[in-house]
Amino acid sequence: MINPEPRPVLQVKNISKKLGGKQILQGVSFELFKGELKVLIGPSGGGKSTLLQCINFLIPPDEGKISLKGQEIHIHRKRDLYAYRQKVGMIFQDFNLFDHLNAVDNVSIALRKVKKMTRSAARERAMVELERVGIGDKAELYPAQLSGGQKQRVSIARALAMDPEVMLLDEPTSALDPELIGEVLTVIRNLAQDGMTMIMATHQIGFIRALADEILFMQEGRIIEQGSPFDLLMPGRNSRTQAFCSKLQELSEEPEV
Amino acid sequence: MLETFEVLKDAFPYLLEGAGVTALAVVGAMAFGFVIGIHIAVFQVYGPWWLRRVVGLYVWFFRGVPILVLLFLFYFGLFSLIGINLSALTSVILVLGMTSGAYQSQIYRGAIQSLSYGQLKAARALGMSDTRAILSIILPQALRLSIPGFSNEYSIILKDSALAFVLGTTEIMARTHFVASRTYQHLPLYLLAALLYFMLTWMGVKVLRKLEEKVRIPGYSHLQG
Repeated sequence: MINPEPRPVLQVKNISKKLGGKQILQGVSFELFKGELKVLIGPSGGGKSTLLQCINFLIPPDEGKISLKGQEIHIHRKRDLYAYRQKVGMIFQDFNLFDHLNAVDNVSIALRKVKKMTRSAARERAMVELERVGIGDKAELYPAQLSGGQKQRVSIARALAMDPEVMLLDEPTSALDPELIGEVLTVIRNLAQDGMTMIMATHQIGFIRALADEILFMQEGRIIEQGSPFDLLMPGRNSRTQAFCSKLQELSEEPEV
Repeated sequence: MLETFEVLKDAFPYLLEGAGVTALAVVGAMAFGFVIGIHIAVFQVYGPWWLRRVVGLYVWFFRGVPILVLLFLFYFGLFSLIGINLSALTSVILVLGMTSGAYQSQIYRGAIQSLSYGQLKAARALGMSDTRAILSIILPQALRLSIPGFSNEYSIILKDSALAFVLGTTEIMARTHFVASRTYQHLPLYLLAALLYFMLTWMGVKVLRKLEEKVRIPGYSHLQG
């Protein structure tokens, strides 16, 4: 018999985490299916960033299970952990580019040092990814010579070069000047349309409305509401998400995506 | 006056050779200290608690005991106690190197800790092991930031190397002392020795300054935007 349920690419089950005596995550679970874009929103301190970093074990969860394509990941099996992290791309709020490397080397270094590609093959692949995010002409520039939007695009290219199965995006536009947000969201939108599986913490409501398959509203370490943008954001839904988003929108007019 | 000139003329090649020995001792000590210092710094920042404790003791010991005492302790004491017979020069290189390693470690530790933790996270997120991330991401940046401190350390170790005189190493100081005690031309000879030390300091600092400029990360200068 054929299993009617498709298998999720990423399965996160009952993740809990305590940091500095405070319970940051309390039994968070969700699943990501191929090509899905799920969005994490909620007040700061609600655990969004910790959750994303628990998923690739940058912060080891205290409890819970994480599986990629049905394979459970164990943090103590280092080789498996490193292989898993290659398949899970991560985009950080503050880019975290390698300051001593120019754009193309930022993208190619993991190809060379982790995937053991030759220098020329790695460079070629890196150029493809830089072109894909629209900054092929900035390949030789160093992070300190790039704008925030360009830095974030380099970091997206760096993650894409590893051929990830899933991408984790931790507020990729919240450190950017308003006029630079659009260029980064455009890149992410293109990824979504190309079928990349992603989970993204963001407060860009226009983007969420247009592209998110599901919204996960996090507060005090729990997912307290979840549903499609239609379900949660339509006027008069009276959801916690709706209230939060209208407050956000009052505070700032976001640029068109 | 003529006699002074004659003595200096005769002594110059002899002292210059001594400058070669001094340079060898200092380069050797700095290199040895570099290897020790990098390891200590990495262990102190990333190591487990017991390793941090062990290297902490090492740093505490070598920063807390005068070099002169260390030279005697190792050359006349420890090295012969464990039955290894090292030349005075080798002993000087080892002792100065171990001492410099303690000081250098703190230069590198400061540089490593000045880097954002985010870069290490990004490296891990790409599937790098911590060792790989330290080698490919952290140290290339930390070492760049360490060059001014290293240059400082070089000029200090260079002058500390004059202490090797007490073990009978034939470096600048020992040779100057030897010639001066025979010719009684103390003032001109020690001035010449001072000049040689000065030149070695100047050359080393100059080279490191050039290196610093050569490896500077574009866009990171405080001079321009």
